[in-house]
Amino acid sequence: MTAPPDEPRGDHDPTATSGSVATRPPDSPGTTRPKARATRRPGDVVFSGLSLASGLIILLILVLVAVFLIQQGWPAFTADSEEISGGEGFFGYIWPLVAGTVVASIIAMVVATPIAVGIALFVSHYAPRRIGVVIGFVVDLLAAVPSVVFGMWGLQTFAPQFVPLFGWLEDTLSFLPFFEDGSATGRTLMTASLVLAVMILPIITSVSREVFLQTPRLHEEAALALGATKWEMIRTAVIPFGTPGVIGGVMLGLGRALGETMAVTLILSPGAFTWNIIGSGNNTIPAEIALNFPEASGLRLAELIAAGLVLFVITLIVNLFARWIVAKRSEFSGAN
Amino acid sequence: MSKRIDVKNLDIFYGDFQAVKDVSMVIEPKSVTAFIGPSGCGKSTFIRTLNRMHEVIPGARVEGEVLIDGQNLYGRGVDPVDVRRQVGMVFQRPNPFPTMSIRDNVLAGVKLNSKRMSGKAADELAERALRGANLWNEVKDRLDKPGSGLSGGQQQRLCIARAIAVQPEVILMDEPCSALDPISTLAIEDLINELKSDYTVVIVTHNMQQAARVSDRTGFFNLEATGQPGQLVEFDDTQKIFNNPSQKATEDYISGRFG
Ligand SMILES: Nc1ncnc2c1ncn2[C@@H]1O[C@H](COP(=O)(O)OP(=O)(O)OP(=O)(O)O)[C@@H](O)[C@H]1O
Ligand SMILES: [Mg+2]
Repeated sequence: MTAPPDEPRGDHDPTATSGSVATRPPDSPGTTRPKARATRRPGDVVFSGLSLASGLIILLILVLVAVFLIQQGWPAFTADSEEISGGEGFFGYIWPLVAGTVVASIIAMVVATPIAVGIALFVSHYAPRRIGVVIGFVVDLLAAVPSVVFGMWGLQTFAPQFVPLFGWLEDTLSFLPFFEDGSATGRTLMTASLVLAVMILPIITSVSREVFLQTPRLHEEAALALGATKWEMIRTAVIPFGTPGVIGGVMLGLGRALGETMAVTLILSPGAFTWNIIGSGNNTIPAEIALNFPEASGLRLAELIAAGLVLFVITLIVNLFARWIVAKRSEFSGAN
Repeated sequence: MSKRIDVKNLDIFYGDFQAVKDVSMVIEPKSVTAFIGPSGCGKSTFIRTLNRMHEVIPGARVEGEVLIDGQNLYGRGVDPVDVRRQVGMVFQRPNPFPTMSIRDNVLAGVKLNSKRMSGKAADELAERALRGANLWNEVKDRLDKPGSGLSGGQQQRLCIARAIAVQPEVILMDEPCSALDPISTLAIEDLINELKSDYTVVIVTHNMQQAARVSDRTGFFNLEATGQPGQLVEFDDTQKIFNNPSQKATEDYISGRFG
């Protein structure tokens, strides 16, 4: 960080005392710089060093994981089609898993987001403070339930309960390709998605609640003073202010849903991809890996690691997309 | 378009704490009324009771009557939302909605009041309100840009435009210039003078010259002692208050001999 003596702009003798600065011609561009540098506090140096180091460590871990996935999974990309499970090449193997993963996560997100935003708004703006605190606490407790517990619960309780619902969906909405043959066990992608929705509810709720609570009073009062009802105030001041944060929370939830393993593994009875989300079949990448990894070796192992790489890329894309949405709106965020 | 405000024996509370005691006054239509007084004497508290914004603070309540053209704002069955549509408010710190464009900011209140409006009518209304707030020439080429990108003075005029776009009867302003430079302050003072021809304007200010310049009548609020509720000490023509006040406390305050 210190300028070398021969640096063109820092034309001062490193051994000179600060008093010598005053003797220089006043228009010399270099004279002010050493002074500014001299005011660096040790605390600043330590802290910026620490944050730089932790940033680098995170980056390093990310690179190492990526290198591992690419290196170990590579054989799956280059092997002959017939050698890959299913006999249709890696793409033929992976796309049903990608589809299952994405469909399950999207259903979970679509179901959980409105409920989470509703709870967050209720807690932050409608409920009396004491009740709001209790509800917030209960929702946070939901986040503390281990996913394997959710999986068992989904399998034992949720899935059988859904069988009649699936029957109804089949009867009334069978013109849609998603609702055809209702499963008799309830162990379907729909069940897994709904359990995922419950699992991602707390994170979306608590992020949304935080941002809604941070809405500046000034903006809320601006809306009220214009003659907004409570709901109109929420629509004009609270929701627009909170949207980037809610998107962030939804993306965190989506990330969790994409990578969730235990619950899906337990609930789903895996099979080929089908649009019929209430029938048996379908699988997700994490469940596929968890089910098969312990026995896998050779090319099968490479296949699973390559599937992990695909999941990694999907999650990365989701995150970049979220950032892009948030950045696109930042001109209007009020931060300027 | 402008209405007379009649305040009768108003007591204002924050929970158990009484902030303002026994205020009675009459505010004439199409006039500018200024409130002055030392910090903490309840000027903001009082002005916020004139459009029922006081009660949005938890525990805040009011006893007494505020009549606008004879109708009690605090009467049974009066919806505060309707009151606020009649009595607009401009805050101390400019508060345009950051996520909305300049145009949408101006129209925010109108969109609440009347659900549907053709694009052309909305454009015309936005232009009229922005002209009314002396802001049109500065923003006409960037109506779709965010309101938060304007300077502080422009933002405050945008808030005034937003308030007059709904065509209220009364406009309340709580220290509208305290965050602004002298030039923006003059722009807003000129604007207040113009608004007077259509609206009843009530303004809180710490700037005595400003009160003298813009207002027709002036109210002086004071505290007897810290912890005591604020009171309206004197309310009279601005000329009289600044040249020949009848109360000693008023004279001390405006001449800066305030202890
Ligand atoms: N939200 C609140 N909760 C409780 N007390 C409050 C609240 N807001 C104001 N007060 C109290 O009410 C009294 C009057 O405050 P107010 O803000 O109306 O004074 P003001 O005359 O506007 O002062 P300033 O000139 O500094 O703006 C003060 O004693 C203040 O502490
Ligand atoms: Mg005040």
